[in-house]
Amino acid sequence: MVDVMHGTPEPLSAAETDDVELYHPKSWVTKYVFSQDAKIIAIQYATVALAIGLVALVLSWLMRLQLGFPGVFSFIDPDRYYQLITMHGMIMVVYLLTALFLGGFGNYLIPLMLGARDMVFPYVNMLSFWIYFLAVLVLVTGFFLPGGPTGAGWTLYPPQAILSNTPGQQWGIIVMLVSLILFIIGFTMGGLNYVVTVLQGRARGMTLMRMPLTIWGIFTATVMALLAFPALFVGAVMMLLDRLIGTSFFMPAIVAMGERLAYKGGSPILFQHLFWFFGHPEVYIVALPAFGIVSDLISTHARKNIFGYRMMVWALVAIGALSFVVWAHHMYVSGMHPSFGFFFATTTLIIAIPTAIKVYNWVLTLWRGDIHFTVPMLFALGFIVTFVNGGLTGLFLGNVVVDVPLSDTMFVVAHFHMVMGVAPILVIFGAIYHWYPKVTGHMLDDRLGKLHFWVTFLGAYLIFFPMHYIGLMGVPRRYHEIGEMAFVPPSAATLNEFITVVALIVGAAQLVFLFNLIWSIRRGRPAGGNPWRATTLEWQTPQTPPAHGNWGKTLPVVYRWAYDYSVPGAAEDFLPQNQPPTPRTG
Amino acid sequence: MGIAVILALVVIGSVVFHFLSPWWWTPIASNWHYIDNTIIVTFWITGTVFAAVVLFMAYCVFRFRHREGNRAAYEPENKRLEWWLAIGTAVGVAAMLAPGLVVWHQFVTVPKDATTVEVIGQQWQWAYRLPGADGRLGASDVALISPENPLGIDPKDPHGQDDVVIQGDNLHLQLGKPVKMLLRAVDVVHDFYVPEFRAKMDMIPGSVTYYWFTPTLAGTFDVLCAELCGTGHTFMRGNVVVEPEGQYQAWLQQQKTFAQLREPARAQAKN
Amino acid sequence: MGVVLGFMVVVAAVAGWWLSRQRLTAKPWLEVGVIGDTAPPSAPATAKLGLGTFLVVASSLFALLISAYSMRMAMADWRALPMPAVLWFSTGLLMLASLALHIAVVAARCDELGHLRSSLLAAGLCSLAFLAAQLQAWRELAAAGYFSAANPASAFFYLVTAIHGAHMLGGLVALGRTSARAFALPREPGAKALGGITLSVELCAIYWHFLLLVWLVLFSLLMRWTDELIEICRGLLT
Repeated sequence: MVDVMHGTPEPLSAAETDDVELYHPKSWVTKYVFSQDAKIIAIQYATVALAIGLVALVLSWLMRLQLGFPGVFSFIDPDRYYQLITMHGMIMVVYLLTALFLGGFGNYLIPLMLGARDMVFPYVNMLSFWIYFLAVLVLVTGFFLPGGPTGAGWTLYPPQAILSNTPGQQWGIIVMLVSLILFIIGFTMGGLNYVVTVLQGRARGMTLMRMPLTIWGIFTATVMALLAFPALFVGAVMMLLDRLIGTSFFMPAIVAMGERLAYKGGSPILFQHLFWFFGHPEVYIVALPAFGIVSDLISTHARKNIFGYRMMVWALVAIGALSFVVWAHHMYVSGMHPSFGFFFATTTLIIAIPTAIKVYNWVLTLWRGDIHFTVPMLFALGFIVTFVNGGLTGLFLGNVVVDVPLSDTMFVVAHFHMVMGVAPILVIFGAIYHWYPKVTGHMLDDRLGKLHFWVTFLGAYLIFFPMHYIGLMGVPRRYHEIGEMAFVPPSAATLNEFITVVALIVGAAQLVFLFNLIWSIRRGRPAGGNPWRATTLEWQTPQTPPAHGNWGKTLPVVYRWAYDYSVPGAAEDFLPQNQPPTPRTG
Repeated sequence: MGIAVILALVVIGSVVFHFLSPWWWTPIASNWHYIDNTIIVTFWITGTVFAAVVLFMAYCVFRFRHREGNRAAYEPENKRLEWWLAIGTAVGVAAMLAPGLVVWHQFVTVPKDATTVEVIGQQWQWAYRLPGADGRLGASDVALISPENPLGIDPKDPHGQDDVVIQGDNLHLQLGKPVKMLLRAVDVVHDFYVPEFRAKMDMIPGSVTYYWFTPTLAGTFDVLCAELCGTGHTFMRGNVVVEPEGQYQAWLQQQKTFAQLREPARAQAKN
Repeated sequence: MGVVLGFMVVVAAVAGWWLSRQRLTAKPWLEVGVIGDTAPPSAPATAKLGLGTFLVVASSLFALLISAYSMRMAMADWRALPMPAVLWFSTGLLMLASLALHIAVVAARCDELGHLRSSLLAAGLCSLAFLAAQLQAWRELAAAGYFSAANPASAFFYLVTAIHGAHMLGGLVALGRTSARAFALPREPGAKALGGITLSVELCAIYWHFLLLVWLVLFSLLMRWTDELIEICRGLLT
């Protein structure tokens, strides 16, 4: 069937290995600032994403303070509150999660895990980061412009987003849209790199089915992002024109506060379609890299191959494809044609099947494993719990008629925080604890890591699990305060206070993480090249941290898949991908 | 060991919270107990899966924790197990989807005998219009909105003259009578939401959306806006009163029609 | 959203076809050793793949624009716009530019520097003339009083042509750099020198063919030749 060569292949001739045109930095600036090395770019991406994420974390504290103790913090008026939730949501989803998974982990891991020296278009890759950085700066200027940032909700629904009764209508919405447009341009540059590098840059012997699931996840997510982000781009450009020169793409005839506006004939629903055509794949753009990374974390730290690798790959691809035909499940109560409900409910619930298969396979990987409770493993376990919880509540909201009472309530907020907030963030933490030794050469502190994990995991669960029930009661989301609602018992206020207190504690735990991150750069225990005894290529580099060009003189050759853990008969409980087969046992 | 216990506690705590916590949905006041039933079915199925997966994980974590000299089993895949799990999941999904779609069909099929009520949302208040004696709502257009005609009812349409206009007051509905809510917004997207009725739908400026239900419980209920509509979103409140036919008719008689409301305006214009 | 769904189906079909050839059903744990012992991909192949991927992204953008356009057209108050005749002229210019680049590719492959230079120049001039003709169309519409923000047909016209034009401007930067390299070459270049340019010229040609294709689709949409097709699609969807 397949042409598999056993034994060591001939080494590549010198001409083949030397013919690598690597860019070589000539000064400190081109080495660390305008660097074209994917590893440096990855660190730049991750740093900026984490920094802006920290801002969004602070915003969430403020909004929780208002919800938990309404009226106590008088500076959080309704306008301020809507600005808080809008910026928190947009930053977390786009500027933190998307940028960190694809720009951060993608840049670092794709070349290293595939045995390449760098991305295929390093210059474009550098531009990608700087445009992303510019997008973040533009976004942040919103805080300082008159009127403040936009408070239209992260979904930016028109007409409200550009009308005068919404905070940030003056400048905030403009900088938000410009920033998104920049982000998309920058991301497209990076995304082209990730896709083409996976297609063309793989080391000798690295077939697609030998790629670690991390790469599969990042690759699929990037392809999806490249196809989905144009929808947001189109929507943002059209809304910008509506706001700036008064076109009516999304603006129907409107009488706002007794005043007739010049707009006429636009369709607000059109924006919702464009937004969610991007917005739903976006959920999986964040989730698929997390799926991939967590698979590798579980496999490595349970010393067992990932269970059902083929099914895992097929499920990733199937989820990626299906996610393009489910967008309107965000619009069940938008007044679109009711017959769409049947179609989108069915596609949405079908997507649960490949997703469930992935969950089963993670858990079955633990079965009969040799589980080391390292910090990355803890985070992976936490991910499974929160992801299963959040995924299952998705079955409520995806099932069109169940969504009717629950949509736009706190149930939705709890659901998506659990499934695409907490779960992917836990994976990000796990991944940082896992790969930090490769990036810096030092281990993160274990005790601080465990403290960080337990507070974050249990705290996040305590925040969001009860929140579902507030929503089930009927409390709408995006309410500045519950106020007088006859159907809400006074005890709900106590629950809100509890959630706020826990949220502040969880937030504080992130400072422990931040401290650990900085402290361990120099003071952490030296890691060595392969502290987790992992099989994938990034752990087999000649230097740690990997030097420029990653592989020294010769590129690695791949002889086996990424999951040769505890192979019967092997001396060690792992066989690196570049370890040649021993004669007659391969 | 500790980790396994904590994972198990997460499951137990969640289940206990679900059954014992005081926070649960409001008593239903419409015919959509079908929706509640579907939610209950979904709770049971998803709850079972959640408990099963996490408890299984807790067991694995306990049983297969690393000990000196241990070695993991080597098992790349198990096609039969994977297919059985996939099929089982598909059955569970179908068990939730099927009732969901049936109820959705009911939800979008308005009964013939439903009376019409138009709800108009604007920043940040509710207004209502009832069809009046002829049973039909007159035409309306945002372009016709003026201080004298805040709902934009077409003064030339004869069907509109007897329309009952309710502004700055509560809506009353007749107990047990199906009602089709026609939803209109004049500025931004709103959403007419009464938690006890379970039903809701966005109101989009430029188009008319709808849903229907039958009030089944007399009382006064909160009306909330469920779609972010600007600074005053939180305060866009109102009340809806469900009452038996006699009281409802008495209330209806006191309301003014569009023509009556225009009388003083016209009288002023003449002077 | 029918158009963009159709586009996604095409992308999915191509991706599926490609994946079906990647041995996704192989059992990787059974295969130890070196598989697929082929030479590493060449730089030209990588560059073309990169451009191709970008063109898919750009196609997605245009498919979404067309989707939005056709959704808006379906609404009751749609009033069509009279199309300026100059659009026919610009279509011709873009075809000429595309053709000139095709000739440039042939010239580059045959190492004919003179032909390469003149055809690159012709392509650049035709493209600039195309943009000028598009601007003229804008001005004619504005002069006829259609530059009104509340007329969705004209807003869409300006948006669609502007985004297409922006893509052309980006292409012109690349074309300008390629031309500069071609004109910087000595009169009698060695075979290798021209080889370096060939790839750039090929990439430009691919991009221009893409721009032409997109423009033809947009043009037929703006001229309302595709109305019936859109009707049929809509009928199929509902």
